[in-house]
Amino acid sequence: MTPQPALKVEHLDVVYRVGRQERRVLSDLSFTIRRGESYGLVGESGCGKSTAAFAAIRYLARNGRVSGGRILVDGRDLMALSAAELRTLRTQSVSMVYQDPGRALNPTIRIGRQMTEVFEVAEGLKGKQAHERAAQMLARVQIPSPERVMANYPHELSGGMQQRVVIAMALSINPALLILDEPTTGLDATVEAEVLDLVSRLRGEFNNSILFISHSLPVIARMCDRVGVLYAGELVEEGPAASVFADPRHPYTVGLLRCVPSYGRRKSHGRLETIPGFLPAPGSITGRCVFVERCGNATERCRSEVPPRIELDGAREGDAGGRSTRCFYPERAPDLPHTAQAPAQALAAVAAVAAASAAPRAAQPLLRVRALSKTYQVAGKPFHAVNNMDFELWAGETLGLVGESGSGKSSLAKLLLGLSIPDPGGRVELGGETLAADTAARTAAQHKALQIVFQNPGSALNRSQTVRRLIGRSLRLVGLSGRARETRLLELAASVRLTARHLEEKPRQLSGGLKQRVGIARAFAGGPALVVCDEPTSALDVSVQSAILNLLVDLQAEQQVSYIFISHDLNVVHYLSDRIAVLYLGRLLEIGPSEAVFSGPHHPYTAALLSANPAAATHANRIRLQGELPSALNLPSGCVFQTRCPRKIGRICEDQEPALLDAGLRHAIRCHIPAAELTRAP
Amino acid sequence: MLKFLIKRALLSLITLGILSIIVFLGGQLLPGDVGRAVLGPLADARAVAVFDHQLGLDRPLIVQYWDWICHFVSGDMGNSFTYRAPVAPFVADALVNSLKLASLAFVLVVPLGIAGGVWAAQRVGRWSDRGLVLLGQSLGVVPEFISSIVLILVFGVWLRWLPMSADWPEGAGAFTQIRYLILPALPLVLVFFGYIARVARIGTIEALDADYTRTAILKGLPMGLVMRRHVLRNALLPTITVTASLAGYLAGGLVVIETLFHYRGIGALIYTAAKAKDFPMLEAGVLTVGAVYAIASVLADLLSAALNPRIGAVSA
Amino acid sequence: MSVVSERLRAAAHSATLITGLAILTFWIVCALFGSAMTPFDPYADNLLSTLASPSTAHWFGTDQLGRDILSRVIMGARDILIVAPLATLLGTVLGTALGLCIGYLRGALDDVVSRVIEAIQALPLIIVALMALAAVGTSNATVVLVIGFVFTPLIARTVRAAVLIERDQDYVAAARLRGDGRLTIMFVEILPNVLPLALVEMTVRLGYAIFFVASLSFLGFGIQPPSADWGIAIAENYSLIGSYWWTVLFDAAATASLVIGVNLVTDGLKSVVDA
Repeated sequence: MTPQPALKVEHLDVVYRVGRQERRVLSDLSFTIRRGESYGLVGESGCGKSTAAFAAIRYLARNGRVSGGRILVDGRDLMALSAAELRTLRTQSVSMVYQDPGRALNPTIRIGRQMTEVFEVAEGLKGKQAHERAAQMLARVQIPSPERVMANYPHELSGGMQQRVVIAMALSINPALLILDEPTTGLDATVEAEVLDLVSRLRGEFNNSILFISHSLPVIARMCDRVGVLYAGELVEEGPAASVFADPRHPYTVGLLRCVPSYGRRKSHGRLETIPGFLPAPGSITGRCVFVERCGNATERCRSEVPPRIELDGAREGDAGGRSTRCFYPERAPDLPHTAQAPAQALAAVAAVAAASAAPRAAQPLLRVRALSKTYQVAGKPFHAVNNMDFELWAGETLGLVGESGSGKSSLAKLLLGLSIPDPGGRVELGGETLAADTAARTAAQHKALQIVFQNPGSALNRSQTVRRLIGRSLRLVGLSGRARETRLLELAASVRLTARHLEEKPRQLSGGLKQRVGIARAFAGGPALVVCDEPTSALDVSVQSAILNLLVDLQAEQQVSYIFISHDLNVVHYLSDRIAVLYLGRLLEIGPSEAVFSGPHHPYTAALLSANPAAATHANRIRLQGELPSALNLPSGCVFQTRCPRKIGRICEDQEPALLDAGLRHAIRCHIPAAELTRAP
Repeated sequence: MLKFLIKRALLSLITLGILSIIVFLGGQLLPGDVGRAVLGPLADARAVAVFDHQLGLDRPLIVQYWDWICHFVSGDMGNSFTYRAPVAPFVADALVNSLKLASLAFVLVVPLGIAGGVWAAQRVGRWSDRGLVLLGQSLGVVPEFISSIVLILVFGVWLRWLPMSADWPEGAGAFTQIRYLILPALPLVLVFFGYIARVARIGTIEALDADYTRTAILKGLPMGLVMRRHVLRNALLPTITVTASLAGYLAGGLVVIETLFHYRGIGALIYTAAKAKDFPMLEAGVLTVGAVYAIASVLADLLSAALNPRIGAVSA
Repeated sequence: MSVVSERLRAAAHSATLITGLAILTFWIVCALFGSAMTPFDPYADNLLSTLASPSTAHWFGTDQLGRDILSRVIMGARDILIVAPLATLLGTVLGTALGLCIGYLRGALDDVVSRVIEAIQALPLIIVALMALAAVGTSNATVVLVIGFVFTPLIARTVRAAVLIERDQDYVAAARLRGDGRLTIMFVEILPNVLPLALVEMTVRLGYAIFFVASLSFLGFGIQPPSADWGIAIAENYSLIGSYWWTVLFDAAATASLVIGVNLVTDGLKSVVDA
C-alpha cells in the first residue's frame, strides 16, 4: 500500500466575494504532491497561486470560500475537519513559510518566545526543554549564536535572518507538507540564493513534501521536481519540472518561457518575445479557453469550448507522475508564432548602437560624474549612502547599475537628478555643463535633457490627473502650445503605443504596464539626452516586462538616448546594457563593458552575484559569501567588501582600500588582486 | 527605555512651556488694559495707571511672564481678581473634583469600550458587529449636554432615581459621592463608548488581519492564546493614545456638564473665571488642565513603549 | 466622468445620506423661511400665558415670557446655521492651506508650527474658546473667528499627515524634475489628492461646530440674546427643568436632530467617497 500523498487537490473551486459579486479565483484545480516530492505552482499576479496555498491550509481570507472540490492533506479531508482537528493538523502535519518574513513575525515578542510556543503547542514541552529545542532548530538553519538571536526582536534581524527563523519555526514540527509562498521575493539575490540552498539542504535532512509558490520560473526550475502552471485561476499545464521547461505543451507556458531574457542574451541578438494582450481578472473568462485572447494558436474551437485536462504521454488522470495540459492542441505548442519580428532597421539601429559603444571614444562623454558622495547623519553616525563615485557615460549608451540593498544605486540616481543634494566636492556634468546640485536650480534645458522612469508606476503618476494632463504638463517644458502641443502629445502617446482613448483615462483605470508606458512618454516629452530607468520593470508581471524593455530599446535606437538602467535582475541588465557598474555599500566596485563584466575577469562580489542567479549554472560552484551585509553605519575598514570576500588575501584588504585597477578595455576593478588572477565565470 | 522616558518628559515640558506662553499672552494681550477692564470705562486714567502698577502690569512682558511662571511652578498662582484671594486653593479643589468625575467616567467607559470593540472585531461583518458599530455611532452622535438634559429629565425629574445636581452634602461618604456622580458620568460614558469602541475595533481588526497573527494561527495555537499573546498588545496601541486625549478632555473639558449639574470642577471654574474676566484664575485653570493632559500623554506613551519595543528604542 | 455619476448613484442609494440630508434640508428651510413659517411671533411676550404646557394652541408650550416655543425653535435654526458652517469653512480653508505648507515645506516651519499645534491640542477646545472669547468679547463674528481658528490646527494636522504621504510619491519627484515650483506642486499636484480628505474632515467638523456653538451659547459665550437660538433658550430655562420640562426639551431635541443630521450626512459621504 503506497503511503498517502502529502497533498491531493481535486477539482478545487475557490470564490471571493468582492462587493456584491462573487469572483472565481480558482477553477477546477487538481494536482497531487507525493511524499518527499517538491511541487511548484508558478504563475503571474492574480493567477491564484497564493490562494491555492492558503486553501491547502484552510486559511482563506474572510471573503473567500471553497465552493467546490476536495482537499486531502495526508489523506484527510481538510474541509471536513472540526476546528480542533484543524488545529492539530497545523501543529503536526502542515506548516508554512511566508513572503514577507518581517511582517510574519510579531514585532512585540522576542524570537525565542515565538519559537518556543511552537514546541509548547506541538509537543507539550515547557520552559527549558522548549528553549533548548528552539536553539537547536535555529542552529540547524545556520543562524549563528542562536541564544543571542532568541533574545532579539524581529526588527533587529536582517531579512535573510528573519526568513531563516520562519523556516526554523515551520520545520520544528517536521511536517508532512511544507508550504513556501514566495519565500525569497523581496530578498537580495545573494540572500535569496542562500535561503534556497538552505531549503534544498533541509529537504534532504527532513524529507518533507514541499509546495513551492513563486512567480519566478528559474527559482521553480531549481527547487521543484514537478511544476504546475497557473493562469487566471486555472492549471493550464503540469508535469515534471525538467520536461515542462524543456518542452512546454501549453501556449502560455511557451510564451512565458520565451519572455524571460535568457542567460547571456543581449539586445543585439534581437527583441524580446512578448505575450500580446492583458492578464484577465480571474473568473472573468468562462465558456472558452482562458488563454484564448492572447494565444497565437487559437482556433474557433478554443473560442467556444473549455478545453479539458488532457493527459500526455499516455498517463491516466489521477496518476501522480505524468504530464497534463489544458489545451486542445498540445502538439502545436512548440510552434507558437514568435512575436518579436524585428524590423530590419530596428535591428540595424540596435546593432549600430552596440557597435558604437564598443568603439574607442573620441567624443566628449555625455555625462561625467566626479567625486560624487552622499552622507547622511543617523543618530550621530555618518551613513555613506554613496561613496566617492567617478564614472562617465557616452551618448546613446546604456549603463547598467547593479547592486543589492544598501548599495546606493537609488541614492546615486537621486543625486544625478538633483532630487537630493550631494556632499560638497562632487560634480555632475551633462554635455559639458556642470549641473546645479538641486533640481530647482537647474535650467529648463537641463530638465528636458535628464529624466527618469520610476519603479512604481502607481506612485509615479498623479492619480487625480488624466493621462493627457500627465504627459501634457511635461510638454510645457518644451514650450509648445495649442495645435503644435496637441500634435506632439499624440506623437508621444503613439510612440509608447497608447491610444487616444487612453489619454482621457486616469491612472486607476490603467494596468501596470500601461501606467509604465505613460511614465516613459512623460520622460521622453522633452526629447531627453539621458533617461535614468530605476527598476522600471520590477513591479510588472513577466509577460508585460518584455514589452516595456522592447519599447525602451526601440526608443533608444530612434532617439539616440542614453540610459542609466538600475535593476537587481542580472539577466535584464545584461540584455539591455552596453556597460555595467557594480555597486556595494555605496562604493563602485567594478565598471566595464557588459560582456567583460559578465564573463570575467571580474570582481569577487560580481562573481558571487552572478553565481547567485538561479538561472545560472549549477549550484555546485555557488560562491557563498560569509557573514551578513555589514551595517552601513559601520563600514568595514579598507576594502568595503573584505568582511565577506571569499578571495580575501590578507591584511592588505583590511588596511587599504584598493584603487580601481585596469582590467582591459575600459574595464576597471577595485580589488588588490590583479585582473589576470581573478577567475572567469563558470 | 529610561532614555525614552526622559526624552518624552522633556518634550512634554517644552509643550507645556509653549502652552504657558500662549496662555499668558492670551490673558495679557487680548483683553486690552486690565485696569480699564476691571475699573470700568468711566474710571479716571490715573486710577487705572495706579491699579495697573499695583498689579505689576506696566513691566516688560518677558519679566511679567517669567515672574508669573516661576510663581506658578512653585504653587503660587497669583490672586484672583474676583475673590482677591490666592487662586491656588480654588484650582486644587476644583481639580480634585474634576478628577473624581473623570475617574468614574474613565473606569466605566474604557473597559466597556475596549471590550466592545475587541468583541465586535472578532465578529466582523456579522450582525453583532454591525449592531455594535451602529450602537456606538448613534450613542456617540448626541452631544453630551443634550443627553445630560434628557437623562436629567428621565432619571432626575420623572423617575426620581438619581439626584439632579452633583453637589452632595458636606462630609458625604464615597458611595454617596458616587451616587451623585453617576448622572453626570452617564452622558460621558454614552458618548465615548462609541468612540473608544471604534478605535479598539479598528485596531483589533488590523491586528487580526496582520501577517503575524496569521503565522500564530497557522502554527496551530488556540485562538484564545493568539488573542492574548499576539493580537491584543498590537491592537490596543492606538487605543492607548486615544484614551490619553480622553483623559485630558475628561479632566478639563466638561464645562457644560459641570454647569448643568452644578458641579464645582475645573471646567466650571474656568467658565466662571472667563465670565468674570478673572484672568489669573482663568490662566491658572487652563494651564493646570494642560498639565494634566501632558502627564496623561506621557503615561500613554510609556505604556505604548512597554507594549511595543520598537517604539521604546529611541535610536535607529 | 463616469466615476462622478457612479458616485452620485451610490449616494442616492445611501439611506444614511438621504436621511441626513432630509433633516438638514428641513432646518435650512426653517432658517431661510422661518419668519413665514412661525405660527406666532417668536419675540412677542405674552405675559398672560407664561409657562403653558403643550396644547393644541401652542404645540410646544410657552416659556417664561409667554413666547411660543414652537416658533422660537423654528427661528432658532437661523443663527446657528450661519455661524457654524462659516466657522467650519474658515477652519477648513486655513487648516488645509496650513497643512499643505507645513507638510510639504517641512523644516523649521513644520517643527515650530507642529509644536504649537501640539500645545494647543493639550487643551479641550471649549477651554481655548472660552479663554479667547473672554479676551476679545463675544459676538457672532468673534465666535466664527474663534471657532475657525480653533479648528485650524486640527484640520492642519490631518491634512499634514496626508501631505506627508503624498510628498514621498514619485509623481512629486517627477514634478520637481520638470521644474515645477513649490507652490505649483503644493496646490496643483498635491491639493487635488488631499481635497477629498479635507472635505470629509469639513463635514465631520461641521457636526462638531454645531454642537460647539450650541454649548457656547448655552454658556453665554456664543450667540447672544435676543436670538431665539436653542442654546440660549436652554440656558435661560434650565433652572425650570424640574417642573416645566417643555421649556428645555424641544430646544435640546432640535439641537440633537441637527447634529445627528449632519453626522448622518458625514457617514453617508464617507461611505460614498470610500467606495
